Amino acid sequence: MKKKYKIGLGVVLAVFLAVAGWYISRRSIPILQPAGTMGRKELHLIILACVLAAVVVLPTYAIAIMIAVKYREENHDKPGKRVKYNPDFDHSRLFESIWWGIPIVIIGFLSVVAWNSSHELDPYKALVSDKKPLTIQVVALDWKWLFIYPDQGVASVNLAEIPVGVPVDFHVTSDTIMNSFWVPALGGQIYAMPGMDTQLHEQADKAGSFMGSPANIAGSGFSRMDFTVRAAPQATFDAWVKQAQQAPRQLTAQTYRALAKPSDNVPVTYYAGASSSLYNDIVMKYMMPQPEAVK
Amino acid sequence: MMGLFATAWLGRLTWDAFPHVLVTQAAAVGIVVGGLVVLALITYFGKWRWLWHEWLTTTNHKRIGVMYIIVAVLMLLRGGSDALMMRLQQATSVGAHAGPFSPDMFQQVFSAHGTIMIFFVAMGLMFGLINLVLPQQLGSRDVAFPFMNALSFWLFTAGMVLTNLSLVIGEFSAAGWLAYPPLSELKYSPGVGVDYWIWSLQIAGIGSLMSGINFMVTILKNRCKGMTLMKMPVFAWSVFSSMSLVAFAFPILTVALTLLYFDRAFGMHFFTAGAGGNAMMYVNLIWAWGHPEVYILVLPAFGIYSEIVATYSRKRLFGYTSMVWALWAIVFLSFTVWLHHFFTMGAGADVNAVFGIATMLIAIPTGVKIFNWLFTMYRGRIRFASPMVWFMGFVFLFISGGVTGVLMAVPPIDFQVHNSLFLVAHFHTMVVTGVVFGFMAGLTYWFPKIFGFRLHEGLGKIAAWCWIVGFVLAFFPLYILGLMGATRRLDHYSASLGWQPLFIVAGVGVLVIAAGVFFQLLQLAVSIWQRNERRDLTGDPWNGRTLEWATASPTQEYNFAVLPEVTTRDAFWEMKQTTGLPEAKAYHDIRVPKNSPHPIIIAGFAFLAGFGFIWHIWWLAAIALVGVLATIFTHTLSDDDGERVIPAAEVAATERAWHARRKAA
Repeated sequence: MKKKYKIGLGVVLAVFLAVAGWYISRRSIPILQPAGTMGRKELHLIILACVLAAVVVLPTYAIAIMIAVKYREENHDKPGKRVKYNPDFDHSRLFESIWWGIPIVIIGFLSVVAWNSSHELDPYKALVSDKKPLTIQVVALDWKWLFIYPDQGVASVNLAEIPVGVPVDFHVTSDTIMNSFWVPALGGQIYAMPGMDTQLHEQADKAGSFMGSPANIAGSGFSRMDFTVRAAPQATFDAWVKQAQQAPRQLTAQTYRALAKPSDNVPVTYYAGASSSLYNDIVMKYMMPQPEAVK
Repeated sequence: MMGLFATAWLGRLTWDAFPHVLVTQAAAVGIVVGGLVVLALITYFGKWRWLWHEWLTTTNHKRIGVMYIIVAVLMLLRGGSDALMMRLQQATSVGAHAGPFSPDMFQQVFSAHGTIMIFFVAMGLMFGLINLVLPQQLGSRDVAFPFMNALSFWLFTAGMVLTNLSLVIGEFSAAGWLAYPPLSELKYSPGVGVDYWIWSLQIAGIGSLMSGINFMVTILKNRCKGMTLMKMPVFAWSVFSSMSLVAFAFPILTVALTLLYFDRAFGMHFFTAGAGGNAMMYVNLIWAWGHPEVYILVLPAFGIYSEIVATYSRKRLFGYTSMVWALWAIVFLSFTVWLHHFFTMGAGADVNAVFGIATMLIAIPTGVKIFNWLFTMYRGRIRFASPMVWFMGFVFLFISGGVTGVLMAVPPIDFQVHNSLFLVAHFHTMVVTGVVFGFMAGLTYWFPKIFGFRLHEGLGKIAAWCWIVGFVLAFFPLYILGLMGATRRLDHYSASLGWQPLFIVAGVGVLVIAAGVFFQLLQLAVSIWQRNERRDLTGDPWNGRTLEWATASPTQEYNFAVLPEVTTRDAFWEMKQTTGLPEAKAYHDIRVPKNSPHPIIIAGFAFLAGFGFIWHIWWLAAIALVGVLATIFTHTLSDDDGERVIPAAEVAATERAWHARRKAA
């Protein structure tokens, strides 16, 4: 390639990367800007794994470029350059020990990290806190999310209100197709499966409205069932509960059945009088015999 | 009356099965008109006899290989159109704007994209390339079971036709390329789409299983004299390892598909929600096949890179023994990692950690292979011909995909990016740069061996660069989108998320890849046009190292007039350094497999049976299954030994003409 083309290409690339970098820096990237305890620890892991990978990968890139540049056929024939050609050089115990050995050491170290972090950040493990955790039961429906607060006796659709600094125990199930309950800013996700009760323990460290995502394809309304998790100080949360307790709608077996009918783009709706046994009935619905309430 | 007729005789098939939406109508009309034009052209030029005798009934591995490649390239265009449609939807369906496709349509498009790209593009290119060169590399006249080889190809094609028929009659699955229940169960997918998916894969999958067995036996039994296992070309090793994965993994797919069909057709409850069904059982089964499947595709590509790097560096492959052990380490590990596809199922920390660590271990043998390739180039004389451009693109991009793979192998990290576009970017890096780049490089490299002339180099390099640049533009934004919280398969998203510009860049990237495909087609056209100047008279256009280059270009029907004897690896290279290519003094009669109409007939019946099962036209399925069995019996019980003789005189004439051409060149 001619030199001026190379320079031109370099300029185009630099401008492109600068614009891209500027654009991305102005966006919200919840996984890199976590607002939850779990998300923060997961980000630390991502950074650690990237650094470890870089230890192997960057030298590899450098070696690849050096070899590819140096041993080009043209270079062998250039006068003044002494480039070796060893057509039968096909093994070296030393070299091969290096590239079996170094990755084994690094992966060995990362394995320990993986083992420990899997246990430490197990979504089923309760977070350590002196505050009493808040329980929220999450039901994936066609196509909206129902959040039941059994201790407060309220429920809400497509919005989960949580207090900052308090551990939240999400119990997750589905009363339809399998889905996945994912709040990137808080950290982590867990499958929502009919007849199963999975758990996700999270805690918001900062106030804010966080995007929640249905992270598994679940039929035609799947893209129109996103939800919000709103973290606010305890006092705001308490006020929200009071407001929800005044909601005109009651969550009974009957209203639940109406809610469970397919619909999408459902606006945030509150229910009062949520029964603490409803969630269990929804899970048990897929067992035999079915509970009467949600048949 | 019509209704009675339909329910009694045609199962679920009614007039409603024909497309109502403009896009599918256009596709259906395109397929039908295109098909009719092809048929008309064949008739006009009087080529039916030629087509039947030379191609459709052939059992010659090289012809079968060419047909695999043709099908795979056509399907690459179909799967690529699906990719363009997906990018169009996700770049425009934002906020108040609806995209061009309905959610159901969009879901069919991405389900078809994944299914077609894996089963009919990647698998097709792989089996095509193996067929084209494996027997020559082994110094053999054919595969172990030529008849079964043809049958495998026609079953693969029957599956492909069923998939595409869904555009014209009925619909395709909208449940993703792996059709997780309960979404894929009758309750949530009542149409025929999932049944099309099941039967396309079932029929093609049985063909793949037979191919796997066939190539394993070929490698074990058909090597020439002196070629011990550790003297085989590494491509043969890679095929051996990949095919042993096929033999163990594909039966799992067959079972999973059968049980899912039983649920759907006969009201059973293997995977349903409720009534004792367990959807996660299906997810386990499908990934116990699905994860090895990725290695089934990538191992032969690794083999191709090994051949190319050695040839274009004019040097022995570095660390042959390491390479072989690395392949088998990957084979073993690939069966121990399937659960990493669903850490988020909630199996618990111990289980997740074990599978996460097993996954990371795969990085070790894979990394070793990359270093061995780089040190094959070290102290070599490297020619950066277009296969090497693909290879260098692969090295740089594949390593980046390896890093994100190791990231996701750490279970807590996976909890954050599972099912996100980060994952989509990761596995496309592995499959596109690992598998597709490898097969494209292999096609360029072996093209003269099959067709007798070289492809245009300049256009090939432009195409490779378009793919590399297009790939970066198409998939790196998806990593960022994943970190922004974008899950996969969204047909619509809110404008406030700020995702749209990145989706537009990704769409531009796919257009650049499409330009790459355009240049490849142009390269093919230009090369055919200039074929006389591009002839390879020597049989060895790239200064090759392995035995396929010891045959003429294109390879003679019988591959070798006299079966070679080898004493070392890189047998042909050694011959060139010492004695030169030996020329036989006398030639003998050669027995080669004869044409047979039975493979295409069996596959035709299998196609009809699949169609009957899909539409619940039970009488058709029953008759077609009887047809399959009857054809198999007819073939098996016939007295014909399935071989014909090429007389010594004809062999001698072919060989002498070739050696004369070779020496003159």
